[in-house]
Amino acid sequence: MTDSPITRVARATPPGMARQVRGLSDRAIAWIFVAPTIFLLLAVNIFPLIWTIRLSFTNFKANRNRPVEWIGTRNYERILTDSDIWLSMQATAHFLFWTIFFQVLIGFTLAWLINRKFKGNDLWTTIIVLPMMLSPAVVGNFWTFLYQPQIGLFNYVISFFTGVDPSSFQMIGDVNLAPWAIVIVDTWMWTPFVMLICLAGLRSIPEYIYEAAEIDRASKWRQFWTITVPMVLPFLMLAVLFRGIENFKMFDLVVQLTGGGPGSVTEVTSINLKREAFEKWRTGYASAYAIILFVTVFGLASIYVKALNKVKER
Amino acid sequence: MTRPGLLAATILSAAGLAASTAAAEDLTLCWAAWDPANALVELSKDFEAQSGHTMNFEFVPWPNFADRMLNELNSGGKLCDLLIGDSQWIGGGAENGHYVKLNEFFETEGISMDDFAPATVYAYSTWPKGEPNYYALPAMGDANGWFYRKDWFEDPDIQAAFKDATGRDLGVPETQMELMEIAQFFQGREIDGQTRYGVSIFTERGSEGITMGATGALYAWGFKYENEPGSYDMEGAVNSADAVEALEFYKELYETATPPGYTDSYMEQSLDAFKSGQVAMAMNWFAFFPGLYADPDVGGDKIGFFVNPPQKVAASTLGGQGISVVSYSDKQDAALEYIKWFAQPEVQQKWWDLGGYSCHVDVLNAPGFKDSAPFAPDFLQAMDAVQDFWQEPAYAELLLAMQKRLHDYIVADQGTAQEALDMLIEDWTEVFEDEGKI
Amino acid sequence: MSAWSITEPTSRQKWIAGILVVLYAVITIIPLIWIVATGFKSPADAISYPPKVLFEPTLEGYVNLFTTRTRQTEEYLAANPPQTWYEEIVRQYDMVIAGPSRYGERFVNSVIIGFGSTFLSVFLGTLAAYAFSRFKVPLSDDLLFFILSTRMMPPIAVAIPIFLMFRTLGLSDTHLGMILLYTAVNISLAVWLLKGFMDEIPREYEEAALIDGYTRFQAFRKVVLPQATTGIVATAIFCLIFSWNEYAFAVLLTSGTAQTAPPFIPTIIGVGGQDWPAVAAGATLFLLPVLVFTVFLRKHLLRGITFGAVRK
Repeated sequence: MTDSPITRVARATPPGMARQVRGLSDRAIAWIFVAPTIFLLLAVNIFPLIWTIRLSFTNFKANRNRPVEWIGTRNYERILTDSDIWLSMQATAHFLFWTIFFQVLIGFTLAWLINRKFKGNDLWTTIIVLPMMLSPAVVGNFWTFLYQPQIGLFNYVISFFTGVDPSSFQMIGDVNLAPWAIVIVDTWMWTPFVMLICLAGLRSIPEYIYEAAEIDRASKWRQFWTITVPMVLPFLMLAVLFRGIENFKMFDLVVQLTGGGPGSVTEVTSINLKREAFEKWRTGYASAYAIILFVTVFGLASIYVKALNKVKER
Repeated sequence: MTRPGLLAATILSAAGLAASTAAAEDLTLCWAAWDPANALVELSKDFEAQSGHTMNFEFVPWPNFADRMLNELNSGGKLCDLLIGDSQWIGGGAENGHYVKLNEFFETEGISMDDFAPATVYAYSTWPKGEPNYYALPAMGDANGWFYRKDWFEDPDIQAAFKDATGRDLGVPETQMELMEIAQFFQGREIDGQTRYGVSIFTERGSEGITMGATGALYAWGFKYENEPGSYDMEGAVNSADAVEALEFYKELYETATPPGYTDSYMEQSLDAFKSGQVAMAMNWFAFFPGLYADPDVGGDKIGFFVNPPQKVAASTLGGQGISVVSYSDKQDAALEYIKWFAQPEVQQKWWDLGGYSCHVDVLNAPGFKDSAPFAPDFLQAMDAVQDFWQEPAYAELLLAMQKRLHDYIVADQGTAQEALDMLIEDWTEVFEDEGKI
Repeated sequence: MSAWSITEPTSRQKWIAGILVVLYAVITIIPLIWIVATGFKSPADAISYPPKVLFEPTLEGYVNLFTTRTRQTEEYLAANPPQTWYEEIVRQYDMVIAGPSRYGERFVNSVIIGFGSTFLSVFLGTLAAYAFSRFKVPLSDDLLFFILSTRMMPPIAVAIPIFLMFRTLGLSDTHLGMILLYTAVNISLAVWLLKGFMDEIPREYEEAALIDGYTRFQAFRKVVLPQATTGIVATAIFCLIFSWNEYAFAVLLTSGTAQTAPPFIPTIIGVGGQDWPAVAAGATLFLLPVLVFTVFLRKHLLRGITFGAVRK
């Protein structure tokens, strides 16, 4: 990756030289150093993954000791034809789309503003970053308090600016508002992440490009669209990838905020999966569900990464 | 412990106590975090003094209780030696080997299940239902009941206004429909310069709240889970015309007579609404009634209690728990010793005095029982006609399905009552098919 | 960046940008300030309408956070006057302190599991990163990608087999189990970040050391490690923050003995519903270390975020 002259020289050093030194051979050290990590990952990631695949073809229930039967692809068929699961996929899609939309919009704007390098921007950046460092479960739980219809700060502030009665709307209890309640909190927490990545992108643009544009008398507006945006785009797309993966997995924040309710309007796939796996204890069925989710996120991410690489090449 | 004298004493007592005084153990008892749990801590001090064992307690708030404790049992955890588990867990506890079977122990210790109220033994101890296989000792009798603001009901101005509005005298509701009428009357009414609301009911989604609340109405309309007990034949029973009517009733009650924002409320929220003076009536478990009666703001003269009013039949939703020994515990002997101690009539009497609901007949049939608390007669009446949810080993799946269908219909306002119940039968049929029961 | 640069924003632009950013920062921090403030409110002030900005601070929330309390009879209360300031606070409600709450234990669990897993993942991660950076490990690109892709699994999906595995091995609800699990989750990011830092350390230093007669291991320990300190610290902070904040595994795989603070704090209840001042007090104490870390180590941290993300 970092193909500096130094590393090239180092690589050119004859391998025999290292072998002459005392102690363990390099090859042995390499294996000793890598082995624990690989072993841990095999034990805690790969072995369980294979086990999950196996379980997904059975009717196993972890809370029962009855004989386990192979039922082929029945779990998969049931999941893919279950309308409730499609509803929770929709809830996830809504959450994903709007959180990314707002985070990109606000995050990029903030980064662009911070890049104006005004006095004290360091301090304010740190403050803006704070929410993303905190425990989503603990903070999400507290947001339910901010969202309380009468006594909550959120409703009060909204009513202060709009004049509506603070007890007339319930962010968490209302079928129409609850999906937005979770989008708001997630945006509050994770906009700084997008902002930081965008900032890294903005700072990577060499000054001379703007200077050249200035000499060509390109307008600021044009500079923004022809230089800033294309140069930041790969970074932005990366940020979107990370937020996308994270929010596809979203569990802690939403479970604390709405628990999937009211009804099932905010029951994102992770919550749905948790109910199947750890409340209904349909382990085999939930395993199939988990595999489907994994394949989905992996597939979407791969397609996306391909697109990203194309953008980078340009 | 190795001194000969002590050893001899141990051997002597071994006949009676099954070699249990051998070592002082650290026992952990798991239960929900609520008023009666505090009473149990108080009560257990006597046990600690007598036995030399130390009692630790792990109390989990209700919304997380089932989730966490069932997870603990299913992972074979050793956190709890004793567990006061919810009545519906008994099937799973027995069939999956989480609970120790107590028959032999009861026999050797001379504990008779005839000493406990039959409804509680049936509900909290037996599996399969009604057969003499005991996996728990009835610990805490409970049912869903109601309480109201007696001071408002007795206020002449309010009484007159009610008469004007409805043509009836204001009083404790005798039917579910009357309850709704009263609740709607109070909804949005100004009393002492504050806006009040009708009633607080259970609408919680995450654990069991809305099911426990709505079944109060369903049972009162004569709801049955099956056409024939044990047949798993639910078509026409679960979605009967009466059941549809009862569910529509509960939704209307929710929409027209509850405080704003009560979309996800269970025990705590119901208590909160009542204690803060928001509502005229509230449903909740009898377990909270001693605390409510003692409440400095709304208790005493200001509060009255009543049993779930009938519509077509008299029925109440069963709550309550039995105490079980967890089979993964390393300290089963000491845990059994606790149960033996707990089963004694004197301890049971003290349990009731401290605010727990004893199921022991000596306590319930004592001549002074009915006068010992204003809600004591109501408790006896409610326990006479209790009905419980499925207690099948697959109860969690059955419950979660009902939670979803009810909340989707009542709170999220999707579909009709008929559709909700039809879909519920589908869900339940699927579960029973998976179980191999149909 | 010279002062003559024609691309330097004008001071008016800076002003506008500054005001907008500060405005956003202020809005974004209000919920956090509200958490801290609520921790010092009395229960009545916490749920008053309209929400109180000015209030008389009290330590009730903190007392409630660390204790369990029971109601007592008037006779008992009269016979036992309160001995300490915190007993006096509890007495306002005719209650007495029955004992400590579980918050302390949960917090300690968070510390043990957080630091334990951080140490382990940084330790193993450093070794692996060094090997990936310096030696030809077969299939190293595939291995690295595989290490990272494990983070795409939703935690709930991972938790299903882990739950079964822990049950079989007796690791459910144990510190060791949680440390191993968090280490496995963290190690992918740790290896990835650390490899980047290692790549930046010139190889010549080690080669020189090897020629001086150091063994490879000595060279690693005495030459490479000191240079990688900054990167190791930054990585450690990331791992620590992850384990500290993690909720999904903790709620599913622990119930008491090893339960950490995030699943516990939302279950703090008082009389009638959640005891918001106590919840806020618990949240404040729990969030504080991370806030302090963020402010004092912002340079490393912010660099780590962008670096880790951009390199992936």
